[in-house]
Amino acid sequence: MASTPTTAEPYTTVIGLEVHVQLQTQTKLFCGCSTTFGSPPNTQVCPTCLGLPGSLPVMNRRAFDLAIRAALALNCKIASFTKWDRKNYFYPDLPKGYQISQFDLPFSSDGHLEVVDPKGAFSRRVGIIRVHLEEDAGKSMHDESAGLADTRIDLNRAGTPLCEIVSQPDLRSPQEARAWLNELKLLLVYLGVSDCNMQEGSLRVDANVNLHIPQPDGRIAKTPIVEIKNMNSFRSVERALTYEAARQWEEWQATKLELGTMPKQTRGWDDPAGITRPQRQKEESSDYRYFPEPDLVPVTVSEEQVAAVRAAMGEPPAVLRTTLEETWKISAYDSDVLVNQGRDLVAYFEELATLVGEGKVASNWMQQDVLRTLNERGGMIGEFPVRPAVVADIIGRIAKGDFDTSRGREIFAEVLSSGRSVEDVVASMGIAAVSDDDLITLCQELIAANPKIVADVQGGKEQAAAGLIGQAKKKNPNVNPGKVRQTCLDLIRQLKD
Amino acid sequence: MSISRQEVAKVASLARLALADDELDLMTSQLGSIVGFVSQLEELDTAAVEPLAHPLDAKNVFRDDVVKPSLSTAEALQSAPRQDGECFLVPAVLGDSGAA
Amino acid sequence: MHLLERSAVDLVAAVKRGDVTAVQCSEAYLDRIEQLNPHVNAFLAIDRERALDRAADIDARRKAGKPLGLLAGLPVAVKDALCTADMPTTCASKMLAGYRPPYDADTVRRLREADAVIVGKTNMDEFAMGGSNENSAFGPVRNPWDLSRAPGGSSGGSAACVAADMAPVAIGSDTGGSIRQPAGLCGITGLKPTYGRVSRRGLIAFASSLDQIGPMARSAADCALMLEAIAGHDPGDSTSLADAVPAYVELLEKPLEGVRIGRVAEHYSEGLDPEVATGVEEAFAVLKAAGATIHDVKLPHAKYGVPTYYLVAPCEASSNLARYDGAHYGYRSSTKPTGEFESPLVEMYCRSRGEGFGPEVKRRIMLGTYALSSGYYDAYYAKALQVRRLIRQDYLDAFAQVDLIGGPVSATPAFKLGEKTDDPLAMYLVDLYTVATNLAGVAGISFPCGFTAGGLPVGFQLQAPALSEPLLLRAADRFQRLTDWHTRRPKAIG
Ligand SMILES: [Mg+2]
Ligand SMILES: [Zn+2]
Repeated sequence: MASTPTTAEPYTTVIGLEVHVQLQTQTKLFCGCSTTFGSPPNTQVCPTCLGLPGSLPVMNRRAFDLAIRAALALNCKIASFTKWDRKNYFYPDLPKGYQISQFDLPFSSDGHLEVVDPKGAFSRRVGIIRVHLEEDAGKSMHDESAGLADTRIDLNRAGTPLCEIVSQPDLRSPQEARAWLNELKLLLVYLGVSDCNMQEGSLRVDANVNLHIPQPDGRIAKTPIVEIKNMNSFRSVERALTYEAARQWEEWQATKLELGTMPKQTRGWDDPAGITRPQRQKEESSDYRYFPEPDLVPVTVSEEQVAAVRAAMGEPPAVLRTTLEETWKISAYDSDVLVNQGRDLVAYFEELATLVGEGKVASNWMQQDVLRTLNERGGMIGEFPVRPAVVADIIGRIAKGDFDTSRGREIFAEVLSSGRSVEDVVASMGIAAVSDDDLITLCQELIAANPKIVADVQGGKEQAAAGLIGQAKKKNPNVNPGKVRQTCLDLIRQLKD
Repeated sequence: MSISRQEVAKVASLARLALADDELDLMTSQLGSIVGFVSQLEELDTAAVEPLAHPLDAKNVFRDDVVKPSLSTAEALQSAPRQDGECFLVPAVLGDSGAA
Repeated sequence: MHLLERSAVDLVAAVKRGDVTAVQCSEAYLDRIEQLNPHVNAFLAIDRERALDRAADIDARRKAGKPLGLLAGLPVAVKDALCTADMPTTCASKMLAGYRPPYDADTVRRLREADAVIVGKTNMDEFAMGGSNENSAFGPVRNPWDLSRAPGGSSGGSAACVAADMAPVAIGSDTGGSIRQPAGLCGITGLKPTYGRVSRRGLIAFASSLDQIGPMARSAADCALMLEAIAGHDPGDSTSLADAVPAYVELLEKPLEGVRIGRVAEHYSEGLDPEVATGVEEAFAVLKAAGATIHDVKLPHAKYGVPTYYLVAPCEASSNLARYDGAHYGYRSSTKPTGEFESPLVEMYCRSRGEGFGPEVKRRIMLGTYALSSGYYDAYYAKALQVRRLIRQDYLDAFAQVDLIGGPVSATPAFKLGEKTDDPLAMYLVDLYTVATNLAGVAGISFPCGFTAGGLPVGFQLQAPALSEPLLLRAADRFQRLTDWHTRRPKAIG
């Protein structure tokens, strides 16, 4: 059910993404050095990841298994035979002078990942051309402000396992691209493949974009493809693509230059300025002289191995959403909100819903109370002090009519801040269930004191009774509005006859 | 089989080798004759032959994901032409190669 | 018998018995090195002090009744292509002058564990690229049999130091003949084991799919002892073989009866020196006398070995040597930036590599870069890999008919220094009989089978299927039990 977003523009924006994610291993792809982020420079290096003379690589099994898991989650075919190749280029963060990557026989290809906008704006199945396993480079640090002539090289990151995921140009708007990236990140985090932390560089995105412009003669004109780099958040990906589409439209109107009339251009996203700038490309830099890595042996993967990885793989977000909708009869919107918060929050919700025995109410409390306060105070749902049983207790008392929902919210907030039990809080707030006798006495006083309202009600305007409820709550904050209303109406009816 | 001086210069820049003019001249003639010599392989019809990149038939060699001690920063930097005690120092470059 | 004349097997036994001390052995050889190295230039680094400390420690452990290793007290010379944490490792290149690795090569580690005493690092062709040892940034090695001649290469220092009794045994590396050819030209025995038999970890890479470390010694028996010490699986080298290591020395005792040796018609091309041809024929006769049978076999693609090798090896080398760029270790140019390059970094790269590498290394980097570059990959690199399969198939077919293949190591005896330096192609052809062994990944050994009228050694080569080192060593040992060529020594040197 692919639907193109209805855009005002006289063109379609065509986007393909290239994503690099670091795999969650303890050690690097080819050596035993730790992959911990943020250690002092050059403290996690050895002869192999420094590319010292005579050093050799040996493949990390865990990295390969995680890579297969990622590929399966992206519905890719797993190759029965795969090998590694050297991608040769000179750069100081690449100490061997080549990157061990995969060229003609990646371990997986031909997959897809669907992204559905919960509000129904779009639904897109994005093809995955290939996923391959390669090593990361180190970091180059250049501080112009310090006016340093030299660039500092830290090789702690060099050799960290990376999955490169290349999508088909199937995305049709910057919004779709951002949503798809969110879905991809959610998937990889759910499956424990990567923490996808963009700030720490464990997820990096490059985008290829151009415009398809219908011509009067029915032909589709295509603008030259531009690759955008240095986008350090999904938001900047969306902004960069939006800017670039507009820029290409301007350029098209001015030049009418079409795809194939010039070499592929690379532009860098300048976030503060909110624009993309051309990046200088060395003419021979694209000649990577790939050839089979002679220091590694090929890898074969059997059906059984694939099945085993698939079995060990958890439920992906898309599946989980439908499961929640069907099990707890909640809306697609609700399931989307819950699932997008991660596995632990979903677990919290399922526990709560089970205790309450009802999904919609549980989902409302999750979104209006649990999630809201969680976002306010920050932290992990796992450490959230108010556990599902407590929330279920409050919801239960509301259902019993001990107090109304707004009171329930106050109690939830108090339990959270004071850390005391629901029991205590209810007591300290003087919330005791009002007895039927007290209620009747209270209502009789109100009826006596409000002849006008009584008359209106008798005149058929039952909603006038609302006035009485308000007064009743002033006299005794613990009364249940519904009960007050019912009792008053009964008493007034009795007055009549 | 000969290679142009210009072509040799392009290869030298790809290989990051600064060659003096006379070196470039000599390299052009020598590469030409060597390439001519190796081109005798063209005599063989290999259309049906699978390439053999490696003499071993071994496959699936892995290591466990277990941390091993790294070098000390001092050891890592001990042979660096320029370093500041923490990092290797090289002439100015902007940005990572990003392992694209 | 003088210490310098005793075999490695004999020396180790004597040290273990206590007839001689490890210190006496090392001193004798170190003195000899000091006396002759100025003439031969076989060593780039000598560590007398550390060697004698090691030897003293071994003697102390013997006195304390502790068990000693397989090479107890044996002085060993190691090619400077192997990393040693306690000695400079330069690959005979200005690029790595003074470089000190932070780790030992797996082979060096095994030598130390076997209680060998490493006396020094031997000279070689820069980055093992050459067949004459004239490509060393630290001057050529001279052939002990005639100081005006080349010892061969690239393990020329290791070959020459054994020939001149500067070490009883040495470690070399062989990518296209770099152990066997200099062994042949220096009249010693050199073994190129099956690819993967000896770990490559810590061997500075030239061409990773061809490189193999091996022993060089005065006899096949001494090579057997050395191989026993250095062979074996290394989990740190993905291409190292897991097969158990046989007791090579013991296995020498099996007679040669019924072993089939192939004689290759293609080896008798017009370039073959008549004196070499005679020596080779006589060697076949000796092996026959030892009980082997001789059969004609074909290696139809033999003539394509050199062109195939000179594509495969330079392509891999162009990538293996990319790491020498002046950024993290090794030589960095101090030339002031001229701005003629696209950036100061690129200028630093180009100048450091342009100044740090010698002409032959640059030639091979250029050739490999060219053959891998877009538009040429299929015509050159891919084509060479196809022919490589044909060459390996030749061996598989031949070894279906015979157990070993015999023939010359080199077409000529040791040539004059400078004779081929102006003609790279002529130099490449000295590898004619050796490169195919590496392309196929099988094993080969070379040993002396005679001398020319001019008194230069003539070498004989035997090749065997993968992991047939026991048979290979046995055949060479049987030959040496029936001949004394391997016991001949050059007269007074220098
Ligand atoms: Mg990549
Ligand atoms: Zn490492």
